[in-house]
Amino acid sequence: MEHFAGILNYIVFFAITAGTYGILSLGLNIQWGYTGLFNIGVAGFYALGAYTSALLVGPAPSAWEERTFGGFGLPFIVGLIGAALVCGIVAIIIGIPTLRLRADYLAIATIGIAESIRLVLSNESWLTNGVWGLQQIPSPLYKTIHGGADAFINAHPGLPQWLHDLIVSAYDWFYLALVLVVLFVLYLIVERLGRAPWGRVVRAIREDEDATAMLGKNTFAFKLQTLVIGAMIMGIGGSIYAHYARFISPASFKPFYGTFLIWVMLILGGSGNNRGAILGSFVVWGIWAGTEFLTRYFPVSATQAASLRIVLIALLLEVVLLWRPQGILPPCTKKLE
Amino acid sequence: MSAITQIPQLLVYGIVSGSILALGGIGVSLTYSILGFSNFAHGDIMALGAYIGLGLLGLFTAVGLADTPLGPLSFGPGFILAMVLAAGLTAAAMIIIDRLLFRKLRHAGPIILMMASIGLALGLRNVIQFFWGPQPHYYIARIQVAVPIPGIDARIKSDEVFIIVLAIVLVAGVHAFLRYTKMGKAMRAMADNAALARVTGINTDRVIAWTWVIGGGLAAVAGILAGVENKFITPQLGWQMLLSIFAGVILGGIGNPYGAIIGCVIIGISEEVSTAFISTGYKPAVAFVIMILMLLVRPTGILGRKA
Repeated sequence: MEHFAGILNYIVFFAITAGTYGILSLGLNIQWGYTGLFNIGVAGFYALGAYTSALLVGPAPSAWEERTFGGFGLPFIVGLIGAALVCGIVAIIIGIPTLRLRADYLAIATIGIAESIRLVLSNESWLTNGVWGLQQIPSPLYKTIHGGADAFINAHPGLPQWLHDLIVSAYDWFYLALVLVVLFVLYLIVERLGRAPWGRVVRAIREDEDATAMLGKNTFAFKLQTLVIGAMIMGIGGSIYAHYARFISPASFKPFYGTFLIWVMLILGGSGNNRGAILGSFVVWGIWAGTEFLTRYFPVSATQAASLRIVLIALLLEVVLLWRPQGILPPCTKKLE
Repeated sequence: MSAITQIPQLLVYGIVSGSILALGGIGVSLTYSILGFSNFAHGDIMALGAYIGLGLLGLFTAVGLADTPLGPLSFGPGFILAMVLAAGLTAAAMIIIDRLLFRKLRHAGPIILMMASIGLALGLRNVIQFFWGPQPHYYIARIQVAVPIPGIDARIKSDEVFIIVLAIVLVAGVHAFLRYTKMGKAMRAMADNAALARVTGINTDRVIAWTWVIGGGLAAVAGILAGVENKFITPQLGWQMLLSIFAGVILGGIGNPYGAIIGCVIIGISEEVSTAFISTGYKPAVAFVIMILMLLVRPTGILGRKA
């Protein structure tokens, strides 16, 4: 029984991370799966969302911080919305010069913006506390729930150890519920958008942009809308991440964790299919976390193990592209002929 | 030292780094025009070449191959041989990777190829990191004194002169190859119109193989020269240069190898000169900002044709 609580708590932790990735993957699905926009700067929007939310909700700078600005102590929901808005604005700025050009330009521009955002986060210490990152980011309702759990434990001495362990991590259970609610709401929105006439137009753009333009659709406007909506969802993912991790730094948003994993999740799960995007994030995060346990038994150093796991994920992507390009769950809507 | 007086020296650094970027840029440009996709693995192919060179250098040193410095340079004939062999091995590796991966995805279109190249980039980088570790490896331990350049207020090392001269020789070689050989003509034909090239009887498989030989070989040389200039290499070497190379290629006109050379040299110089005015921390963003401005003003680049 003592293992039971530990395993269950690990599953909760796992599901929070995978669910956060699910949000990012949904955002990418609207860009890539629906419209065919090749955004490989997911990490940039993810980081921007996390920092925006942390600065809006977090505490004022401490004496030991290099930061002199931010920390407005606003409610969590303001941080969440602020993160989405800032990401949407940046998406407009990046979309205008690139969306009229070939897909390659958007790819290069998004990877460039992601790297530039990481440079700003590392260099503008007055705002971001530089490489030290933002700390003590508040978690919503933490005091109420965690305090309540503590009070319950104090009031009921002699609880079995496993029950005690589960109640101590009550906050994680709450956060998992929060992540799943956000994920579900976003899923409904993205799914609804996909079924609407708007969704049919963007899928037509994916299949043949010239033909769609010929039918009188302003494809640039639709692509820009897609980029913006996707980026806003990614910003929400960043906010959700920041308030659970409570600590973020530029290193949290390196291209592998911030962009590449999410791409593999979407491609493996099934581009164009929202359930596939979410499924992919759980499967790939499962592989990623599972191989961590596995490589402990390999006669390699920790850094070598990490490299090996990244090679494995990269191979997984190539294998899917070669042998099952539609992913586990293919798009539910029929391809336009 | 004021910002203005630093500029001659920064120009020298910029020309050196621009020469290295240009050797990478030629490959990116050829892959784009002949295979039709932006190869995000190109930076890591440069790193692969640099590490193959490192391995060969270690081997040569172990067997006692002459490594007495050549004249004023800080490296010897063993190093030159390692560079030539590394270029050949990297080219061979790219032909194999093309057979296993890119060739099977060519029907799927440019974006899928681009995605596969991103996977390849991470794969290569981490294979390198698995074998050599994330720490820097020193290429050349000898310290070299920079000598004053007559006429201007700047200094240059003989290794840097070697980098610039070798880059010019290789660029001239590529030019001669594209201009005067049958294969070069076939490559240009395929870049113009792949379908038309195929009907006229051009062996497109051979053209593609040659594209990887030139792109991969030059990438390896560029990676090794980056090691010469910085004295050390890390697995991140190529990734760090990739954005600058892409910016240079777009600036010069994507798909035009001559444009790529010009664009990469401009990016190299701009990055170095920018450090006189803005924080060095932002050096990698300079290339990106130039690229975005170019896309806004003239998306076809300096030498690009209308799409």
